[in-house]
Amino acid sequence: MNDPRRDDEDLIRKRQRSRSIVMALLLGAFVILMFGISIVKIKAGML
Amino acid sequence: MTTVDHPLAIPADWRDFLALTKPRVMTLVVFTGLCGMLAAPQAIDPILGFTAVLCIALGAGAAGALNMWYEADLDAQMKRTRGRPLPAGRMDRQSALHFGVGLAVFSVLLMGLAINLIAAAILTASILFYVIIYTVWLKRRTPQNIVIGGAAGAFPPLIGWAAATGQVTLLPFLLFALVFLWTPPHFWALALFVKTDYANAGVPMLPVVAGERTTRHQIGLYTIPMAAVAVVPWPLGLTGPIYGAVSIVATAFFALLAARVALRMAADGDTMAPEKRLFGYSVAYLFIMFGALVVDRWVA
Repeated sequence: MNDPRRDDEDLIRKRQRSRSIVMALLLGAFVILMFGISIVKIKAGML
Repeated sequence: MTTVDHPLAIPADWRDFLALTKPRVMTLVVFTGLCGMLAAPQAIDPILGFTAVLCIALGAGAAGALNMWYEADLDAQMKRTRGRPLPAGRMDRQSALHFGVGLAVFSVLLMGLAINLIAAAILTASILFYVIIYTVWLKRRTPQNIVIGGAAGAFPPLIGWAAATGQVTLLPFLLFALVFLWTPPHFWALALFVKTDYANAGVPMLPVVAGERTTRHQIGLYTIPMAAVAVVPWPLGLTGPIYGAVSIVATAFFALLAARVALRMAADGDTMAPEKRLFGYSVAYLFIMFGALVVDRWVA
């Protein structure tokens, strides 16, 4: 029989892992976006 | 009440945070914002344009999250909203509040720093309007809640236009007025066939407070100024003939469906087909109108 506490711990680890991956992807996308915005502003002479 | 007020031991799934942003509502917001931007006379750099639309989407998502945070008790009472992350107990309220506020601040700061201050100011106004004026103040107090609250959903084309040009002129104001006046017939058509749900939750929607007949008349009454605002950009010379022709045909069909709803009364066991048809078409109508505006601008 499964230990419910063990199951909860597994679920928590799984949730934390998936949230960390999503957060990392979002931060990576944000860095790329800021880079793009900076290039556009520099080209337009706004920075 | 099934709402959880203390942090759960199990953290919420990222999909639940996504659900807080009301992705389906966001589709229309993003579309009208994008069209407002594309219909503007001044072109915007694609990267800045993408950033502006992203900010509009994030701002709308933040407003949706704060709405769900505040209305968790109400959502728990309605069949349509019972499965949302807060009433279903998959997330604690504090996480929803932090997520909503964080997203709102981030979207406004990014809009202000990357695009311009006017667009950021209108985005701020739209978030505050939806959360404070509509959600907190009006929704539970007056049957006219969605009339004033509808303004929150009318801001995106204004923001898109401001992002592209740095100013607001008559046409974006007319687009604002179109969405503002479209909201009452759109929502009241929905409220007519989900009346029981709203009544059980104690929300003073017009059919609950004033009755079915008044609601039907109000749908008809709001459709008249909406139709005028929808068609008027062409005779004023603000758009070309493509928008003019599409707006006349699409608006005439909207008025026909609205008139059918306005002039009938539901019998026992009624399937509410005309109301469902008006609600369904009202969503398509905005897509048609804004799509025509962009096509008209780009063809011209």
